Amino acid sequence: MSKNYETVIGLEVHVELATKTKIFCGCSTAFGAEPNAHTCPVCTGMPGSLPVLNKQVLEYAVAVGLATNCDITRYCKFDRKNYFYPDNPQNYQISQLYLPICRNGHVDIETEEGTKSIGIHEIHMEEDAGKLVHDEWEDCSYVDYNRSGVPLIEIVSEPDMRSADDVIAYLEKLKMIVQYLGASDCKLQEGSMRADVNLSIREVGAKEFGTRTEMKNLNSFKAIRRAIEGETERQIDIIESGEKVVQETRRWDDNNGESYAMRSKEDAQDYRYFPDPDLVPISLSEEFIANIKSKEPEFRNEKKLRYKEEYKIPDYDIEIITESKKMADIFEKTVELGADPKKVSNYLMGETMRILKEKEMDAQDIGFKPEALASLISLQESKAINGTVAKEVFEVLFFEDIDPEKYVEEKGLKTVNDEGALRKTVEEVIKNNPQSVEDYRNGKEKAIGFLVGQTMKAMQGKADPGSVNKMLKELL
Amino acid sequence: MDILSMTAVQIGQAIKEKKITVEDATKAVLEKIKECEPLYNCYVTVDEEGALKSAKEIQKKIDNGELTGPLAGVPVAIKDNMCTKDILTTCSSKILSNFVPSFSSEAVINLEKAGAVILGKTNMDEFAMGSTTETSFYGPTKNPRNPEHVPGGSSGGSAAAVAANECFYALGSDTGGSIRQPASYCGVVGMKPTYGRVSRYGLIAYGSSLDQIGPLCKDVTDLANIMEVICSYDSKDSTSVKREDNDFTSALKEDVTGLKIGIPRDYFGDGLNGEIKEKILSAVEILKAKGAIVEEFDLSLVEYAIPTYYTIAAAEASSNLERFDGIKYGYRTEEYNGLHNMYKKTRSEGFGPEVKRRIMLGSFVLSSGYYDAYYLKALKVKALIKKAFDDAFSKYDIIVAPAAPTTAPRLGESLADPIAMYLSDIYTISVNLAGLPGITVPCGNDKDGLPIGLQMIGNSFEEHKLIRAAFTYECAAKCGKDGE
Repeated sequence: MSKNYETVIGLEVHVELATKTKIFCGCSTAFGAEPNAHTCPVCTGMPGSLPVLNKQVLEYAVAVGLATNCDITRYCKFDRKNYFYPDNPQNYQISQLYLPICRNGHVDIETEEGTKSIGIHEIHMEEDAGKLVHDEWEDCSYVDYNRSGVPLIEIVSEPDMRSADDVIAYLEKLKMIVQYLGASDCKLQEGSMRADVNLSIREVGAKEFGTRTEMKNLNSFKAIRRAIEGETERQIDIIESGEKVVQETRRWDDNNGESYAMRSKEDAQDYRYFPDPDLVPISLSEEFIANIKSKEPEFRNEKKLRYKEEYKIPDYDIEIITESKKMADIFEKTVELGADPKKVSNYLMGETMRILKEKEMDAQDIGFKPEALASLISLQESKAINGTVAKEVFEVLFFEDIDPEKYVEEKGLKTVNDEGALRKTVEEVIKNNPQSVEDYRNGKEKAIGFLVGQTMKAMQGKADPGSVNKMLKELL
Repeated sequence: MDILSMTAVQIGQAIKEKKITVEDATKAVLEKIKECEPLYNCYVTVDEEGALKSAKEIQKKIDNGELTGPLAGVPVAIKDNMCTKDILTTCSSKILSNFVPSFSSEAVINLEKAGAVILGKTNMDEFAMGSTTETSFYGPTKNPRNPEHVPGGSSGGSAAAVAANECFYALGSDTGGSIRQPASYCGVVGMKPTYGRVSRYGLIAYGSSLDQIGPLCKDVTDLANIMEVICSYDSKDSTSVKREDNDFTSALKEDVTGLKIGIPRDYFGDGLNGEIKEKILSAVEILKAKGAIVEEFDLSLVEYAIPTYYTIAAAEASSNLERFDGIKYGYRTEEYNGLHNMYKKTRSEGFGPEVKRRIMLGSFVLSSGYYDAYYLKALKVKALIKKAFDDAFSKYDIIVAPAAPTTAPRLGESLADPIAMYLSDIYTISVNLAGLPGITVPCGNDKDGLPIGLQMIGNSFEEHKLIRAAFTYECAAKCGKDGE
């Protein structure tokens, strides 16, 4: 590379909102039903049907706008985007072009060079399309309108990002804000959050932007990172070889680590946008906006300060726990039930994170109840079970709805607190391991660990290691 | 008793008084349909079986006191652009030639709740695009007053069915005059209510911001009664307006004392047929004699109404009609090669020339580079036209106008020159652009015996004044006739 290039990136992020019903009809938004189970005349584009806006969509959109420092458009409208495709039953998508609900926002991200502000050009509301299912055997396609009319917001950033790190930080930030608001679960894999990457390159110091491409089909942060790196390289190669980047939409193939041109600017369709006459313009009152503002949850920064003050747990713990609203909620509820904050935090940062990582799950997917964790911690604290048993029980309660107390009882996992029985076992262990006993007596402190292990084994793990240790030292 | 010549309210009354049964009325009108359809072609679909079945059910409900309204048991015809559950709904187009809706439009549901017997679906201009009912895929409807002439349109089938006694009343829809003009051509009463008064849910859209369902019937008393049934707030239609004043029969008063009538000079100029002008002005004289105050004024912007209307209506239509693509319902071409070829062939074969013309016109005015110059400008003019009416209604209670520049043209005359056909909408389309209510009542015939309609336009949600004036005129005109 002879010159120094800079990558310029802007994102279009689609977020599926967590409403129970669709944006313009009363059909359920639940995922995974039989094809066309959640449909009606409105979301299948039947002649004579009319859309009616779901107010919750408006509330979520305004909430996200406020949380991303946007100006809220007091008088906004829906527009029709006209294009023919079978997944789009009316052959127009109801979206917003001329007067989107939110404009001129920004979010701050942390980068290696410090805090950086990423501008948000606009946020608009729109409906999702259905899904085509291709039957290779029959050589035909079916269409499933369950997703047709599921509410989306599209968050369009300014071209303010310069690297994959910036992009990931920005997406993480958006995800956190939206999740904190409860407006969406933001799962990239399931498509409830989708990001299209607009990328161009230019020489460092250049004022004009280069020609950009738009990359679609990015289903994970990993894919986004790889796509950005791949596309940056591809564009640099083109320019270095004296050619020009073509403005086009490209599809990322993460398996092959390559992108393919989908359509160029020349085939860009004229969507013939115009205000949808079936929907009345929306006038937002100051009260409406103030009411949404007042319902704003405690966001991460406020939470961090409060955790430090109120729970006195280490910064490191706070950082991890507040990364997801779900995790923070579980933490707070468990503490509220009487558990020690640091102990709760240990479970979340240790066991919980380990399981999530192993099973490739998201914090959103955590299903266990704070009650179960609180009960487990209390069992452990009262020395009814020891740490090893507690970890085993936690692994069970993570996936199954159990009452730890009952479970421990039923499975006979309780620590034996009978001093006589313990003494008897310890005496036996001392008798059977003369070498270790001698080592210990000769000053080899480590030898006691082995003896504790032997005792625990003999008691099938149901002893408190502290008591064992104490008893051993006493008898030796 | 001559059942067929009775009005809807008279039939309802006779049924209530057990002078006739619902079945008598239904059978009589079905007989009349059989006799007249070969002549006039008012209907696309006659649901004889369904009508007779519901006649029996409704009779039972009347007998046991469940149905007590004035229209209970009265047979009605529905324009074929309103969805009717389990009854073919075609919009008089090939592209919907096999479309049977899974639900009924709200206006039809309201009629059914009031005990209406649905006879069938009336012919219309394809997708309500036309002024003569000649653009129908199912052939033109003929004017019962003179079958050589058109009945007007687009609700020509509904107007002709009322005029030919092939129903006791009918529903039509009015996007640019489609109720008022055929009512005028066929010599019946028709009203386009204020935009938002009647739910559009289930009305297959042509120009969504202009479409409104309304009645076509034999007299003003029927009209007020039908309006009371079909007007309702509907949460399924975002443009529906909640009103507390849907009590239209209270306006059936023979009294126009002090009512201020404005006569827009712009509507009585060169383009208007002399006989029509004369009849309308003499109708105004009758109202004046009854105590109304009449004044001429300049409405202004009249010449901009037609280009504005055809820009907005065509733009909305081009988008509204996109859903007819052969994928989900309706006609699909027999042979095709891939998706886009299927779209092209289906729509080329499924739509008639007038519909295609408006889709192209609408797509053009919305296309990038032209949007501001055409569509956006049209929206601005629309707002100015509304303002011109607002100014007029600050001075007048109602505005009197012709419904059309001529009486019903001969069959075949209009289609050859679409621009001339568009221009004939001059007196009706401003009302849609401004969202206002308008009524037409017959006010005599021309020298060839073709009916002339008197159009009265009211301010938003002031249908009561229109009904009062129309009722007063109707009573006076009847008295005059009786006296002759």
